[in-house]
Amino acid sequence: MLTYILRRLLALVPTLFFASLIVFVTVRIIPGNVIDLMLSQNDIAVGKDRAQLEAALGLDRPMHIQYFRWVGGAVRGDLGRSLWQNTPVTAQLLDRLPVTFELGLLALTVALGVALPIGVYSAIRQDTTGDYLTRSFSILMLAIPSFWLGTLVMVFPSIWWGWSPEIKYVSLGQDPLKNLGQMIVPAVILGTSLSAVTMRLTRTMMLEVLRQDYIRTAWAKGLSERPVVTRHALRNALIPVVTLIGLQAPLLIGGAVIMEQIFVIPGMGLLLLDAVGQRDYPIITGVFLILGVCVMLINLLVDLSYGTLDPRVRYRA
Amino acid sequence: MTTVAAGILYAPRRERGAFAGFVIRLVSQKRLGAFGAAVFVLFLFCGVFAGALAPHGMNEISPINRMKAPSIEFPFGTDNLGRDMLSRILYGARLSVIIGFCAAGLATVISVLIGVTSGYLGGGFDMLAQRLVDAWMTFPDLVILIAVVSAVGPGMPQVIVILGLLYGIAGSRIIRGAVVAVRENLYVLAAQSLGAGTPRILWWHILPNVLPPVIVLFTTRVGIVILAEAGLSFLGLGVPPPAPTWGGMLSGSGRAYMYQGPWLALAPGLCLTIVVYAINMFGDALRDLLDPRMRGSR
Repeated sequence: MLTYILRRLLALVPTLFFASLIVFVTVRIIPGNVIDLMLSQNDIAVGKDRAQLEAALGLDRPMHIQYFRWVGGAVRGDLGRSLWQNTPVTAQLLDRLPVTFELGLLALTVALGVALPIGVYSAIRQDTTGDYLTRSFSILMLAIPSFWLGTLVMVFPSIWWGWSPEIKYVSLGQDPLKNLGQMIVPAVILGTSLSAVTMRLTRTMMLEVLRQDYIRTAWAKGLSERPVVTRHALRNALIPVVTLIGLQAPLLIGGAVIMEQIFVIPGMGLLLLDAVGQRDYPIITGVFLILGVCVMLINLLVDLSYGTLDPRVRYRA
Repeated sequence: MTTVAAGILYAPRRERGAFAGFVIRLVSQKRLGAFGAAVFVLFLFCGVFAGALAPHGMNEISPINRMKAPSIEFPFGTDNLGRDMLSRILYGARLSVIIGFCAAGLATVISVLIGVTSGYLGGGFDMLAQRLVDAWMTFPDLVILIAVVSAVGPGMPQVIVILGLLYGIAGSRIIRGAVVAVRENLYVLAAQSLGAGTPRILWWHILPNVLPPVIVLFTTRVGIVILAEAGLSFLGLGVPPPAPTWGGMLSGSGRAYMYQGPWLALAPGLCLTIVVYAINMFGDALRDLLDPRMRGSR
């Protein structure tokens, strides 16, 4: 098991290398923007010309030198300094990561909490009105853009009841209840929009598993519906569903960015959008890289969870 | 005997009238899919003829008519500059059609190029190509979009190229899978043993037989691309204002006025939802009718 994890981590290295290259090239492909922006704001660039600024920020060196300096720092946990505030990027990211992580985890909980029961219900009551209703709902949720839903939640409750989400962010450490109250609305919106695909897959897999011989055996043993469905069917239907969760990780993160923007939650997404506005390359590449690593780790966790779900799965090192 | 051999050795050929037959099957077997197709056609129609259909110009400012609630004169109301929302929605449909078709078209071409060569050639090339696709797919779509737009700046051509690249690379997996399945058929072997060159085999023998998944991929991509562009414009990174994009109309700058005029929040989002829903339904039906293998994949 341990050797398997180690091998998997090693296999991430080439992917990470390609990924870092993609990140760096896409973000730096057109240099000079940040310099223009700084020169236009006199208080920062006072008394300096373009070349001096570029030299001070290290942007005058050839692209490949800049890349190797960045990678060299990145493997030691140093992602460079913000071009504007001159603060270490790593510290800023570590500050923001838990916020996005909390939002993502809450959204995932909501997504599974909605998708699994409804998917199972929809399968064991196939072709009933309830099945049709839940399926139409899930297809509709696929089409509703989460940013529109977020906007509606901001606008209409405020017009009708004078209620609006708290704008000033309170961290989990300061006041857990207040923090959860702030996070739950975006998490529910994000979660329900993600639940649609999971719900559909859970239903399909359950329908397939419920026709297997071992389910008939379980019924024949005289088990009641609950253990047949949860212990025998659901557990076997879950493997592809768990895989799907891994595949949805990028969507979850992308959705978190939008929710942070709408509900003004200071996570990675808001950091990214602010950095984009200022062309702060080290922060953009940093956020990019960390989110990529997160997706890779989620997929590793997904692979490891197969063994717990299905004892037939063995990890060969 | 000869007929059996012919059936195996030659790629199955489409009969004439296939399109008419397809429409009949769509309407008779897939009601929701046919509805989706109808909405999709209506959306195309609105986009193409936006100029003739819109009662006002897309950026026609009219200070007397600021923030008018929906009425007979302005069915969707007016915004903070007195611009007619209905006209802006129609012109927004045009932008969505252009971006949706160009970016999904580009994405499909890229998917086919990567998928067909990678799937048919196999070996080291396939290995390298797939690892690159892996690395690319690690990143959240939206985060790639934001990062790239931040480098090249917002604007329609950039958005089309980026969306095309992004979804083209990701979609190549599906085409590759289809090609790998087709590659082992006897008619490919027959063509190879007749001495046909690789480009000829790819063009005449592989491509026609992976056309169903290609068509399905294109259709579903149109919906995804429209949604992605709306998301980008919503964040202020898509097509810059005053262009009337549906995402842009919902964005932060417009939100301040939504508290006074809630209708501003309704029309663009509703249109977006209906169009994407219709395309999803149409895509699902297409998939079931054209390519049963892809059922359940997204």
